[in-house]
Amino acid sequence: MPRKNDAAKMDEVGIEIDGEVSDSDDGVAQRRNNRRQAAGRGGAKGRGRGKKPASDEEEEDDEEEDEAPRGRRGANKKKPAKKRGDDDSEDEAPKRKRGGAANKKKGGKAQDSDEEDSDAPKGQKGRGGKGGKKGGKEEEETKGKKGDAKGKDKGKDKDDDKDKKKKKKKDDSSSDSSSNSDEEEESMSEGEMARLMEEVEEKKKLIANIRNKPWRMKRRLTHLKEAQAFVDKFEGALGKGKGRKWYAYKVMMTKKWIKFQRDFENFRTACIPWERKIKEVESHFGSSVASYFIFLRWMYGMNLVLFGFTFGLVVIPEVLMGLPYGSIPRKTVPREEQDTAQDYSVLMDFNGYCKYSVLFYGFYNNERTIGLLKFRLPLSYLMVGIGTFGYSLMLVIRTMAKNADVGGGDGEEGEFTFAWKMFTSWDYLIGNAETADNKYASITTSFKESIVDEQENQKDENIHLRRFLRVLANFLITCSLGGSGYLIYFVVKRSQEFATRDDLSWYEKNELEIIMSLLGLVCPPLFETIAELEDYHPRIGLKWQLGRIFALFLGNLYTFLFALFDEVNTKLEEEQAIKNASIYAMKEYYANYSRLVNDSEATPPPMNPADVIRGPCWETAVGIEFVKLTVSDIQVSYLTILIGDFARAVIVRFLNYCWCWDLEAGFPSYGEFDISGNVLGLVFNQGMIWMGAFYAPGLVGINVLRLLSSMYYQCWAVMATNVPHERVFKASKSNNFYMGLLLLVLFLSLLPVVYTIMTLPPSFDCGPFSGKSKMFDVVMETIDLDLPAFMGTLFSYAANPGLIIPAVLQIPFILLIFYIHFINSDDVFLTIQARDEEKNRRNNTDSTNQVMKDLEDLLPNRSLAPPPEPEPEPKPTKTKPGAAGKGVNLQKDVALASPNPNARGPVSRAPGPRGPGPGPGPGPGPGPGPGPGPGPGRGRGRGPPPR
Amino acid sequence: MGNKQTIFTDEQLDAYQVRLVCVFYSRLHGRYHELAPHLVPMDYTNEPDCKLPLALIVNMPELKENPFRNRIVESFSEDGMGNLSFNEFVDMFSVLSEMAPRELKAIYAFKIYDFNVDNYLCKEDLEKTLNKLTKEELTPEEVQLVCEKAIEEADLDGDNKLSFADFENMITRAPDFLR
Repeated sequence: MPRKNDAAKMDEVGIEIDGEVSDSDDGVAQRRNNRRQAAGRGGAKGRGRGKKPASDEEEEDDEEEDEAPRGRRGANKKKPAKKRGDDDSEDEAPKRKRGGAANKKKGGKAQDSDEEDSDAPKGQKGRGGKGGKKGGKEEEETKGKKGDAKGKDKGKDKDDDKDKKKKKKKDDSSSDSSSNSDEEEESMSEGEMARLMEEVEEKKKLIANIRNKPWRMKRRLTHLKEAQAFVDKFEGALGKGKGRKWYAYKVMMTKKWIKFQRDFENFRTACIPWERKIKEVESHFGSSVASYFIFLRWMYGMNLVLFGFTFGLVVIPEVLMGLPYGSIPRKTVPREEQDTAQDYSVLMDFNGYCKYSVLFYGFYNNERTIGLLKFRLPLSYLMVGIGTFGYSLMLVIRTMAKNADVGGGDGEEGEFTFAWKMFTSWDYLIGNAETADNKYASITTSFKESIVDEQENQKDENIHLRRFLRVLANFLITCSLGGSGYLIYFVVKRSQEFATRDDLSWYEKNELEIIMSLLGLVCPPLFETIAELEDYHPRIGLKWQLGRIFALFLGNLYTFLFALFDEVNTKLEEEQAIKNASIYAMKEYYANYSRLVNDSEATPPPMNPADVIRGPCWETAVGIEFVKLTVSDIQVSYLTILIGDFARAVIVRFLNYCWCWDLEAGFPSYGEFDISGNVLGLVFNQGMIWMGAFYAPGLVGINVLRLLSSMYYQCWAVMATNVPHERVFKASKSNNFYMGLLLLVLFLSLLPVVYTIMTLPPSFDCGPFSGKSKMFDVVMETIDLDLPAFMGTLFSYAANPGLIIPAVLQIPFILLIFYIHFINSDDVFLTIQARDEEKNRRNNTDSTNQVMKDLEDLLPNRSLAPPPEPEPEPKPTKTKPGAAGKGVNLQKDVALASPNPNARGPVSRAPGPRGPGPGPGPGPGPGPGPGPGPGPGRGRGRGPPPR
Repeated sequence: MGNKQTIFTDEQLDAYQVRLVCVFYSRLHGRYHELAPHLVPMDYTNEPDCKLPLALIVNMPELKENPFRNRIVESFSEDGMGNLSFNEFVDMFSVLSEMAPRELKAIYAFKIYDFNVDNYLCKEDLEKTLNKLTKEELTPEEVQLVCEKAIEEADLDGDNKLSFADFENMITRAPDFLR
């Protein structure tokens, strides 16, 4: 409460505010000044009028009119106003000024004289003044009066508020407002209203500003209340007039709207799922582990939307409106499979009934419209398939852009890491003992993170050894990547061999999946071990690790895909043969039928749908592969957690009582949460979903379940069985690295799907596109049949491959544009630039600092000086924190007002010189303006009253 | 930072900001009153001069878990001993409210962290702060390191302690300063 002392010394509020003004920058000064002026003007005029005969009244009206616009024009107009005041009442002005501003008693006296003149015998000073004005008003019936009363009111309140009780004041103001409003309704000119509004605005600003002032609470509160009362009163008054209801309405609605927004925001934060769980994890394991869970939650949200699309537009319509199971061949289990179709092992391989269910592509019928609603299922299927990618792309890019906005974390880190941590990490909203404990834990963790970072920086190292080790590590990892690639290739070859045989063991059937899961299980820890050699900082290490595992997974995935394409191609050939055969059989049947029955009407052969010859339906096969892969992935990851973490934790915990060495501290110990592995698992799983969703709509549902369960399961597992990382580190605040991986995977999974949609012919007897030569023909069909003809021709030109291929090639550019657009819309560019500049400056100074530090003691000062240029100025004045506060306010505002540092010069001077500053400007003004007043502040405060 | 738990102070302070002065005052006064019913009169029309001791205020649910509770109350009290009059009490709430401007918060934050009230944050202030924040779970060396780093980062004039200007410059750029 530094200001307190000053404030106490100064009796007069006006002075104090002016003092404040002179300390602050131009913008604030002018604003406040303006307000003061208005008050002063009003008061002085009122007084002048009280003395003058009523004949002056009309003049005053004019004046009033003039003043209003002037006031409205705002801050810079104070000078003319002052001039005017001098012209109008050369002799009176100084007196008024002194009376009004010099000190309270004088002001009171002046007003007393007013009261005498206006025959209003009100006792107390403060309200007396007001009452006097009111009396005068009644006599003269001018609108000017009201403004006067207001100004006076304000000024007087300022002076006397300390003597008065708040409630009484309130009463006063309300009574005033009622009496005023009567008059207002009759005669409030436009200019006047503008002025009133302006004053209200100023008061509002005062309310906003007053909270900035580190005044003694009493003073601040009284001011605040008074300003609030004023605003209340006159906002109400403004609302009462005819045609001004909209204003009151607007004000009210703004308030309501703000309130509503705040409530809604609260509601939204309350609705974020698992927030508490994640915070709990964060407080125990640090932000890096929490970042995984946040990512998981984000994925869940995205998949939920995809799930909504897929099930709402494809699966549910087919189930509700499509033909039921068993009606047509594609919806029936073939005869030879029917015996085993319900076996558990068959179902677990997603054959049997699973294969001919709504989960897979083959189940869907190619009827153009289904149900009463004429729902175009094939079209919708294609659109959802493409829309999945479109939506995912938009979402990922949007999130990346948003993260770039929010995540100053990366860029600004290292500037004030410790200071920020120390001063801003406590959450002042915590009122819960448990949360507080968590917070303590998380703060301690974060400090440790930073300490590790710091030690990392300070570490002094043998560069050559380090380089050698890093090269070696990379070599080893490349080797193991190549090895795993070859292994997969080998397995794929073998599985193609196996595909021709029937007598396969369980292992041989599932060899590919098992090998891939094993590789995913073994390689990451291997990489991690190798990465120990490199000795990177954990955060950088994590990225390397992620990159390597990414490469591994990618290799696996694409090997898998190529194997799949091989399979698809063989299936296509097979299908061609079957198609020909079935067409032949059909023709033969028809021929026989028409020959025997002598009826050219073709009725379908009386064959059970289970017995019909059918093709291999490669789409369903691909879908099954993806579903199997996903499910085995789920199983492996859950089992890993159960065995690798939980069983280990249990063993370590309980065997520790009867073991020869300390299990908890020694060899097995507890597991750490494997961030990189988990993140990549999630990313690749998502890639699998994107690729497979087109061929197996049910996959999205499976994935949603998986994410949901793994949220709870992993949260539990990490809290119950894992220990915090030995080297705790902080994840970058923005998850953009994860998002980048996700985007890459999205592109990679987009390619094969688009390739199949565009080039491969769909199966002839299963799926929504059967009978078409290409899948996207369904779009053409819709255009031809449902849209006007000219559109059809238009699209047939547009669908020319010559156009489509360039369009596809341009997708990255379009995305780039989107990205930039999103960034721009958040004004991120500016902040990024500013941040970079700041960082550069900082870096420069840092480097200079380090180089020069040892040489001279002075240099750090000098080298540090440039960035915080404003700093040195406030400092000298800052013997008290209060003054410092002012100085800093000033600084900030200046930065807002004008980037020119010179502008700061005059402002930050002591109040003394500042006063005359504005004086000289107006020319004629300076003499009377600051001159008579004992201090410039006062001069300006009450000086300029025109009359 | 993280836990966005809304406790009822926010609501109260919202009311304050929405200028329902009377309602707010009576509610806050209710709170003030219930801290020490025998000390605080219900009737505040003639501004009785009474103050509540630190021990009572510190036990309010809003402050109970705050590691800096004593400092907060002390820095808002006029006598520096932690005795709060009603007005100071109100002031404390308004500054701690989420509506209060950052500049103001910075000023009071500075006062709060300035344990020895010398208008500078020196090393011992920081050590105290840190120990309160971490419940003294860091080793002395770590504390030393952190304090040194913090001063090094934020100290712009090289006097090995943080003046308010340093503090303000640093804290206003902090992403989660009192949010």
